[in-house]
Amino acid sequence: MRLAIKLAIRNLIGAGLRTWLNVIVLSFSFVVIIWIKGVMAGWDHQAKKDMSDFEIGSGQYWHSGYDPYDPFSLLDNHAPVPEGFRAGVAEGSIEPELIVQGTLYPGGRLQSVIIRGIDPDQKILKIPTGKLDAATDAIPAVIGSIMAKNLKASAGDRIMLRWRDAHGTFDATDIVIEGIFSSNVPSAEAGQIYIPLERLRKMMSMPGEATLFTFSSSFSPETAPEGWVLRTRKELTSSIDEMIKMKSTGQSILYGVLLLLAMLAIFDTQVLSIFRRQKEIGTYIALGYTRHQVVGLFTVEGTMYAVLAAILSAAYGLPFLTWQARAGWSIPIDTSEFGIAMAKTLYPVYSAGLVVTTVLAVMIVTAVVSYWPSRRIAKMSPTDALRGKLQ
Amino acid sequence: MKRLLYLILLAAYPGPPCFPQPDPAEILKKVENNISSENRVFESTMIIHGARTSRTMTSRTYSVGDKQAFTEYLSPARDLGTKMLKLNNQLWIYSPSSDRTIEISGNMLRQSVMGSDLSYEDMMDDRKLTEIYNSRLTGTETVDNRKVYVLELTANVPDVAYYSRKIWVDAERFVPLKEELFAKSGQLLKRMTMSDVKYIDGRWFPESAIYKDILKQGGGTEFRITVIKFNQKIPDYIFSKAALKQ
Repeated sequence: MRLAIKLAIRNLIGAGLRTWLNVIVLSFSFVVIIWIKGVMAGWDHQAKKDMSDFEIGSGQYWHSGYDPYDPFSLLDNHAPVPEGFRAGVAEGSIEPELIVQGTLYPGGRLQSVIIRGIDPDQKILKIPTGKLDAATDAIPAVIGSIMAKNLKASAGDRIMLRWRDAHGTFDATDIVIEGIFSSNVPSAEAGQIYIPLERLRKMMSMPGEATLFTFSSSFSPETAPEGWVLRTRKELTSSIDEMIKMKSTGQSILYGVLLLLAMLAIFDTQVLSIFRRQKEIGTYIALGYTRHQVVGLFTVEGTMYAVLAAILSAAYGLPFLTWQARAGWSIPIDTSEFGIAMAKTLYPVYSAGLVVTTVLAVMIVTAVVSYWPSRRIAKMSPTDALRGKLQ
Repeated sequence: MKRLLYLILLAAYPGPPCFPQPDPAEILKKVENNISSENRVFESTMIIHGARTSRTMTSRTYSVGDKQAFTEYLSPARDLGTKMLKLNNQLWIYSPSSDRTIEISGNMLRQSVMGSDLSYEDMMDDRKLTEIYNSRLTGTETVDNRKVYVLELTANVPDVAYYSRKIWVDAERFVPLKEELFAKSGQLLKRMTMSDVKYIDGRWFPESAIYKDILKQGGGTEFRITVIKFNQKIPDYIFSKAALKQ
């Protein structure tokens, strides 16, 4: 094996430019695959963190009838704070939210919104709810940047809000935008306004009621009380997993094209080597090599392209990937309308597992592609090969 | 002595003549007598004035009291054949394009009717105003050169859409000429203006009305009755779900 590697290196270096072209193409594949996979891992990490920070905390308890995709059912699905949550609510490890439907009239336009009542003193979510503790004749409200863009509103603006209370009676008054936050989580921003919980309970004639509870990492989730359903962080972020999985499947086509180009070059080189080096093959067999050992020699030689490519990738890829991890990749289009948690700048995250599996996968594919044309050697007649007769 | 006599006379003077104020509940009852009927058949045009464009649709409606109503849309071509049936507190809509009948219930009743300023719920609430509101006569005004009584209505039951209303009622013909609907906070939400009051089959009836959602842009929804007949013979099958698909 050691001899085979020694011979392979000598032959590869001897081949000159042809070897380096193969190695450069393959190294490019290495870097691009690791970078894209890193971006995906970074997106996954950032999206889940942002969701936890701005929407779901460490998990939630939902009212059993709560369906975030059916705003018409919101008025029917709320209940008083269960006895088991009262201590957690008092110490701030679990926060109630009351969610109802309303209509905003920015400049005479009509826009349906979800009104979320939240405690101004809550510490679980990074929404600037402290700004809701404002002295104003209107209802103090905090909105996300996506919502502000849709409403064409800025801090200090007053907008008419209309809603219906628990009995279905219309009520309307102004809200004043006390703060605008940016979260990268469209579901926490688009079509949502945040107002003080107690104010909303009073507006709706729903004292002590909640639609869901968000808990912090210090809260130990137990079996949900009757009428409530526990939603773990894993369940609540499953949409991100599905999105990443779908994107990764799409990107594997790109990996396939990159690898195909590299493998085509290696395959061609191997076929040419076997054709041009028949005398050498005959000599090996005359010296006592079995046919399979010669096949192994050529396979190792082919696989060495991947090894050299990995070394070359490390030379220019490491600085590039490190710089990307720090500077991030800014998406050249507006992602706020995508409806998925996605920052404008994604910071790739590379794990040892990601790098090792990518390198191993490329090496295995290269070995297979190198072995494939080398099988012809096993069918060669050694005497004809020694004479240099074309076979 | 002369001064004392003057004071006694002044104390005994009953003041200017005091005419009895009409009872607001009585006014509302007279209004209901004009507006409600045992049954009626009418054709109407609804013009929805949006922020940029207007849409016009025509329909024919059969109704019996406040409990049963059947409406068939006659134009535009897009809405031709769409039918609505109201039986007590239930409402169904038949769409010819999908050949399906859908029951409008629960929160769906709060949606707008064919994109107008009216909600299904506005159409569906058949309770008499005197049953769900306390009324108060606040004075008289002039609307369209006619003397009107101004009534303020405040809800006396919790489940009403509009907590208070203000109605301007023609003092001679007992027809509402204007109505404003308010939120609990006192914010004006909708305004209705009635006109073209005609004497038809022994009653005064406004043939045109404009409904305007005050908070929304646009010119509101105009409703014009082109033909109306009271106390007609309406076959019972009209008020059945089977009639929707015919």
